[in-house]
Amino acid sequence: MVTRYMLGNEAIAYACCEANLDFASGYPGTPSSEVIDTLRAQKLRDFYVEWSVNEKVAFENALGAAWTGVRSLFTTKHVGLNVAADPLMTSGYTGVKGGFVILSADDPYAHSSQNEQDSRIYAKFAGIFCLDPANVQEAHDMILTAYPLSEEFEIPVLFRPTTRICHSKSNVGLNEIGKDGVGTEHRTGDFGKDPKQYVVVPAHTRILHKKLIEKQDAMAEHLVKLGLNRAEIKEGSKTAVIAGGIAAEYVREILPDDMSFAVIGAYPIDTEWLASFVGRHEKVLVVEELAPVIEEEVRQVAGKTGVFGKKNGCVPYDGELTLEKVSAAFEKAGIKSRRSFAPVAPVADLPPRPPILCAGCGHRAVFYAMKKVFGKDAVFPSDIGCYTLGIQLGTVDTTICMGASITIGSGISHVDNKQIVSTIGDSTFLHTGIPGLINAVYNGANQTVVILDNRITAMTGHQPNPNTGITAKGEISPTISLEAICRACGATFVETVDPYDLLLLLQTSTKAKDTKGVKVIIARQPCVIAAKKSGLKRRRLTVNPDVCIGCKACVRFGCPAIEFFDKTASITELCSGCGICAEICPKSAISQEVI
Amino acid sequence: MTQQAGTGTKAGTSRGTGDNDSFDLLIVGVGGQGTILASNIIGEACILEGRNVRSAETHGMAQRGGSVETHIRIDGRYGPLVPTGAADMIISFDLLEALRYRHFLKPSGTVVSAEGIVVPISAFQNNIEIPSADWIKEQMSDIKLITVDAGKLAKDAGSILSQNVVMLGAAAKILPLNKESLLKAVEELVPKKTVEINKKAFLLGYESA
Ligand code: SF4
Ligand code: SF4
Repeated sequence: MVTRYMLGNEAIAYACCEANLDFASGYPGTPSSEVIDTLRAQKLRDFYVEWSVNEKVAFENALGAAWTGVRSLFTTKHVGLNVAADPLMTSGYTGVKGGFVILSADDPYAHSSQNEQDSRIYAKFAGIFCLDPANVQEAHDMILTAYPLSEEFEIPVLFRPTTRICHSKSNVGLNEIGKDGVGTEHRTGDFGKDPKQYVVVPAHTRILHKKLIEKQDAMAEHLVKLGLNRAEIKEGSKTAVIAGGIAAEYVREILPDDMSFAVIGAYPIDTEWLASFVGRHEKVLVVEELAPVIEEEVRQVAGKTGVFGKKNGCVPYDGELTLEKVSAAFEKAGIKSRRSFAPVAPVADLPPRPPILCAGCGHRAVFYAMKKVFGKDAVFPSDIGCYTLGIQLGTVDTTICMGASITIGSGISHVDNKQIVSTIGDSTFLHTGIPGLINAVYNGANQTVVILDNRITAMTGHQPNPNTGITAKGEISPTISLEAICRACGATFVETVDPYDLLLLLQTSTKAKDTKGVKVIIARQPCVIAAKKSGLKRRRLTVNPDVCIGCKACVRFGCPAIEFFDKTASITELCSGCGICAEICPKSAISQEVI
Repeated sequence: MTQQAGTGTKAGTSRGTGDNDSFDLLIVGVGGQGTILASNIIGEACILEGRNVRSAETHGMAQRGGSVETHIRIDGRYGPLVPTGAADMIISFDLLEALRYRHFLKPSGTVVSAEGIVVPISAFQNNIEIPSADWIKEQMSDIKLITVDAGKLAKDAGSILSQNVVMLGAAAKILPLNKESLLKAVEELVPKKTVEINKKAFLLGYESA
């Protein structure tokens, strides 16, 4: 065994390798992305790995692989599971031959997400296992348990880490890959035809559903046997605490030595086991993040035992837990704790420091042109990616989920006469934007769609997509053409511009504004971070202080490389040389640095 | 150990004994300043000394120039988040960020901060006044504050990019880790070509505090 300091997601990926993973697919999404990124960076990569076009596509690819008997992994962030919910809901019916792990990373507090949904509910909904690790080591170890578990019951396992597991680091004990054969026993897929299992026509699916229901009790019992759900009963303790996921860590830190404690690490929960634990105590406090999944089960078996949790205000339904909140939960429930942490308020009214688009990001130029040409009365539906940060520039009016910029825009266009300009990234357009575009053209919507094409999936850590031209494995892929796709969707106005060419961008936007129907503008410029990584260097710009009149036109543009002190603008070393501020400056005070 | 059994799952109900047995710290700054490398060096030093460590990082959106925080618990055995009012130390790459996170510090703790403030771009746009360095320092006059001219020391070491390692050096006297393990971790984690610069940066920081 070796010990390393590792990110949760790296430890999960490493454990997949230890468990002889054969196939992995996913769509990037914070906090899940580093799992596939770690897998694809492995030197000895004797398994298949891909970034897929969206989560439904990724899920089905991984499921197909699992049906052939190999060990398979699908990764997503929690909201991506909504996109994959269609196959998910029937995957319990069909079951699997090779172990299938569905990694769905939840994001309590929505650090990087549009909502705080709880993936455990999906597992219950689909009738499959859910494993919910409390720390990085356990996340690693649970993956080793998940694969044989999935194979024994022929059921997919939903593995649900949260942000504070995925993006936590700790010393982790690992079984070194390659040593004593660890991680080297790969299988070859062999699809055995079995229509009764894999063709879910009504006659088959009714039987499959029955079988799935029949498995549930044995599944729940097995999780207790495996020690994933475990209880430590303290004789004489009238009070008990039950915790799931990372909440168990917070509880352990403050739990008195003589108090009973149960940890829920997996679902379904064995109700008999739970009832016997709960029934031994007069009072039980349930601590878990997000939905009251454990608490509802506890309440059903509680009998005379008093239950404390979310439903009586001890534990919040939203946000992520902290030691302070768990301390407060103990206090509200009237339970003594070994240690207590009271929250301390931050210094009020400091200037905020929100994230911003990078210096030289092409998106900023597009937003600038949109505002100038379409005016602030236009409606700007947007989407999910770095460009959501355009909210600070007043050009993001809506964001709800992947691909919704085009569809929300066309919906509005049918009932509201305002100009509509939808912005969507290249990866998001390929993910779920295309059906919306076909639909808009087909149904005669009146809107402009700007595809912010930076050739990469930037926000989640610069993963390649079909538009990048390389695969997750680093192999060159066939070229796809966004222009051809848009034309094939029926759009006749399809124009491509370089957002660094501000004049052309303004002209094209004006033309789109004056044209009826669905207009597509493809604004193409590689993401500056990705461009820098691939070695592109542009000369920095500088402000001539003698010419600058302090009008702040460049400052309003919002590039983080532009500062303003003593009535003059100046440019810092953050500048990536896009040159747009020079085009904006009315006095031509900005020009390239002379070296 | 068999592969399927896992290594720590069964032990999960075990509870803590003894109080405040971890050294809790925050590393804060502006996305892109290298807080994660600094925390990796501390984590690696813990591994070299065979100690437990837990940390939590900011990934995703905030890394685009936003305010970022990394929590580290040296000898930590529980969750990775440091509670407010309990940190033994805050290492900050920016004075304004030091103040933003000072509520995490316990009264007897220490803030080690770089001099200087990266002005948030929104402040220029919305005419928000940025507090002066003196005002910020005054707000922290009730706690132990060490400021370091990280920019100058990093340049002296040979690269402005080594400011994060300068700051780590400046914090090293208070960290419950050996200077040698930290230096070794620096050597292991920075790009090969910059090892000498970063070692020098660490030592310059160390001497300055
Ligand atoms: S990472 Fe790329 S796409 Fe995202 S803000 Fe920076 S330049 Fe723009
Ligand atoms: S050229 Fe101007 S707008 Fe572009 S990155 Fe440099 S300062 Fe920012």
